[in-house]
Amino acid sequence: MATVAVDPRTEYLLRLGDDSLVLGQRLSEWCGHGPVLEVDISLANLALDLVGQATLLLGEAGDGDKLAFHRDVLDFKNCLLVEQPNGDFAQTIARHLLYTTWQHMLFQRLTQSTDRFLVEFATKAVKEVAYHRELAAEWTIRLGDGTDESARRMAEGLDWCWRFVPELFEVDEVLQTAIDAGIAPDPRSFEDEYRSAIGAVLAEAKLEAPADQRAILGGRRGHHSEHLGHLLAVMQYLPRTYPDATW
Amino acid sequence: MSGDGKSGDWPLWEVFVRAKGGLSHRHVGSVHAPDAELALRHARDTYTRRLEGVSLWVVPSAEIVASDPDEAGELFEPAESKIYRHPTFYDIPDEVKHI
Repeated sequence: MATVAVDPRTEYLLRLGDDSLVLGQRLSEWCGHGPVLEVDISLANLALDLVGQATLLLGEAGDGDKLAFHRDVLDFKNCLLVEQPNGDFAQTIARHLLYTTWQHMLFQRLTQSTDRFLVEFATKAVKEVAYHRELAAEWTIRLGDGTDESARRMAEGLDWCWRFVPELFEVDEVLQTAIDAGIAPDPRSFEDEYRSAIGAVLAEAKLEAPADQRAILGGRRGHHSEHLGHLLAVMQYLPRTYPDATW
Repeated sequence: MSGDGKSGDWPLWEVFVRAKGGLSHRHVGSVHAPDAELALRHARDTYTRRLEGVSLWVVPSAEIVASDPDEAGELFEPAESKIYRHPTFYDIPDEVKHI
């Protein structure tokens, strides 16, 4: 069931909404499996924030439930970083640090958008995201500057996620149109700020930034890793099997 | 929870929440956390998810000095017979809250 975005604004809403939805679903996989009870609750809270964002963004793009539960993998526009598997707790934290630092900088600028919905959305969501960013940084520092094992795991988690960072700053034709219309901030305008913010966290965590790897792109055009299909299968199974189910 | 229950390695912290300005912080429970900063975050995530508060305190549980339950008699019973210590002989104006 293809959902072809008709205009750059809708496409932009789908990209942001799918990022939040997929990352929220990923984090919710930790529910009941967290390393300790407090962290379990903490991760579930983060997941709920993200699902809440997705509800607003996809609801503005169209029928939110239909978009979330009845689209196929090729129609999802999230970046590749958010669909990466949880791995261990350190890899989850690495992914969250790299994504929410970007998301926070983006949402700060989105509060100046020409689009009224996005201004209202970002004004609310930027506070949640600031908390996500700080929490991920706190854990990165503790794991990186912790034991030999936690430092090794944190470095491996960052190494896994690093190749998906360039996609966050990619500007294709659709995004350029949204930037020109004043709807979307240009992510390239804060790439240096992002690199130095991540660098500062890693320095405090006594971790080396991973070597730059070949960038992997394509999520925004629906070219996803194999991981997303599995995630969607779990997330979409119930509404697709029982389309009229209510609860 | 999966794993081997390593939260036993983390110290326990008592959590106090101020429900709104003007009220005192109230004890609401406890969390495990490796240090004070994360104890605050765990407290926030565990005890203020439903708008319960505007301010949080966390205190290392080990730092709390508690009275001995065996001494409850000598500590507290003598107050029972001294009703004149209760300010119940005054009329409190309606507009005074939280007394």
